[in-house]
Amino acid sequence: MKYLQLVWAALLRRKTRTLFTLLSVVAAFLLFGLLDSVRGAFAGASSSVAGLNRLVTISKITFTMQLPKSLLERIQAVPGVADVTYANWFGGIYQDPKNFFPNEAVAPNFLDAYPEFLMSAAQHAAFRNTRTGAVVGAALARQFNWKLGDKIPLQGTIFPQRDGNNTWTFDLVGIYHDTDPKQRARENALLFNWNYFDEARAFGNGSVGWYVVKVADPSRADAIAQAIDALSVNSDHETKTQSEHAFQLAFVSQFGDIGLIVGAIMAAVFFTLILLTGNTMAQAVRERIPELAILKTIGFTSGSVLGLLLAESVLLLFLGGVIGVFLAGVVGAALEVTTGFVLPPIVSAAAVWARSLGMMILIGFVVGALPAYRGLRLRIVDALAGR
Amino acid sequence: MSALVHLQNLSKTYTRGLQKVEVLHGIDLDIETGDFVALMGPSGSGKTTLLNLIGGLDAPSGGSITVGGERIDQMSENALAKWRSSHVGFVFQFYNLLATLSARRNVELPLLLTRLSGAQRRQRADIALQLVGLADRAVHKPNELSGGQQQRVAIARAIVSDPALLVCDEPTGDLDRQSAADVLTLLQQLNRDHGKTIIMVTHDPKAAEFARRIVYLDKGTLADNVQRPAA
Repeated sequence: MKYLQLVWAALLRRKTRTLFTLLSVVAAFLLFGLLDSVRGAFAGASSSVAGLNRLVTISKITFTMQLPKSLLERIQAVPGVADVTYANWFGGIYQDPKNFFPNEAVAPNFLDAYPEFLMSAAQHAAFRNTRTGAVVGAALARQFNWKLGDKIPLQGTIFPQRDGNNTWTFDLVGIYHDTDPKQRARENALLFNWNYFDEARAFGNGSVGWYVVKVADPSRADAIAQAIDALSVNSDHETKTQSEHAFQLAFVSQFGDIGLIVGAIMAAVFFTLILLTGNTMAQAVRERIPELAILKTIGFTSGSVLGLLLAESVLLLFLGGVIGVFLAGVVGAALEVTTGFVLPPIVSAAAVWARSLGMMILIGFVVGALPAYRGLRLRIVDALAGR
Repeated sequence: MSALVHLQNLSKTYTRGLQKVEVLHGIDLDIETGDFVALMGPSGSGKTTLLNLIGGLDAPSGGSITVGGERIDQMSENALAKWRSSHVGFVFQFYNLLATLSARRNVELPLLLTRLSGAQRRQRADIALQLVGLADRAVHKPNELSGGQQQRVAIARAIVSDPALLVCDEPTGDLDRQSAADVLTLLQQLNRDHGKTIIMVTHDPKAAEFARRIVYLDKGTLADNVQRPAA
């Protein structure tokens, strides 16, 4: 600890430069914390469904492949299944593509499977009884200033209507609140009646995007999931029954190999960080050659000087890294609230912290290695003579 | 007095590119404990090289260096570093203080290599600063001090671990006449009152007058060795 004053003194020698370097480290680890959370969420998405009371059944081949509606009754008949409902991604656009929000056609009993979507009984009834009825989350209603009775036109991007019209107009009959505070982002969705969708769409009639299965006994969720998937074995519509979380991740994955994208971004960020910080460290050591020579003169060994220089770069990376990952936790929590419906929950978990600390130390050593080696090899008489 | 420094047939050769330059050759010299020696000579005569060899900052090409009974020319780099930390204090022309540390922290630096506690280190640093007349400047940074004051901080750093030998390379070369006189007087006090053996390289005959003995070097050999009359 007594050497810490020397390490601090070296870092504070050029305060502005150190501050900017620190900010670049903070930015890099903020990104790392967020992206590693996303990568970790995708890597762990295939975990079992044990203990869950709501499962999602999709096509085993790809999330976008439709399943026959005839599966409904067969899934319902699986022992332990309490209820089954279904939905289909619609992907409509409201006025402008930048106004993106999830919109889905859902079965009449879909909302029964989501008791956390709080809505009055009258609105529930209106949704069941209005063919063109739609319900939206409170957040979405606030965003577009929608009120009950409003007509909401969506431009279909996947499904045109049978008559060639691409504009689907819905009557807003309900506004729901999500009582699960961690899933508030689901208040950004629009759900509309399946019957209207299935009758009016130009193709795909009689097929569904996914089934939502409620199980009576969560401790049997694994066995029930296997039994559901066994229904379609060796058919042209084999299924995969999984958790809702894994389902959400699979949805995002359709945009590309998330692991690869995240990995490539992180590699680019850290490569840049190594170049930037390494250059700064090299410059800082070059300026301090006479000071390092003095330390050696008064009795610091070459190993001690090497240690001091490495400690300097590791401390810089550690400080910036800890701030960055902490901020990632804050930003992640905010993102979780605002995008949780589509994106996986982003948390600054212990695993992210462990990997981040490892990266801080590793990069600290990498960027400090060359300058520290220079300090190690420094000959006192040459350094003092300015050679 | 007994010889603190004993040099025998000392030589030093540098390689510059393909050329070998013999800077010192055949130096035999004894410096007694408690002596104050001024090393003088023209530029390139080998004064600083000789000082660096005696201070254990460089290794000789031949001959032997014995300081306080120890053959420092046979020590490993790490052993030499440890030896320097407890046996030699260094003072340079450009003070070479660490700009971001206060005067006290600069003086404390050699004590970081000891087992002393923080409070003990601070106490010793304050005593050293008191000795050089800068007790009231302990918390000042080098850029808040004059050249003469910075050099006195450097001297405090050199004596804080109580070494027997002080090696000074042009300690007044960057100072005005008055500051130089103050620094030289301080060195003289350390020699006379505290028994420090001092070896000082200087170009300045007036600075050399503060020493007890003047050793002249020319072209890498001892040219003259003059004992000054006691002041």
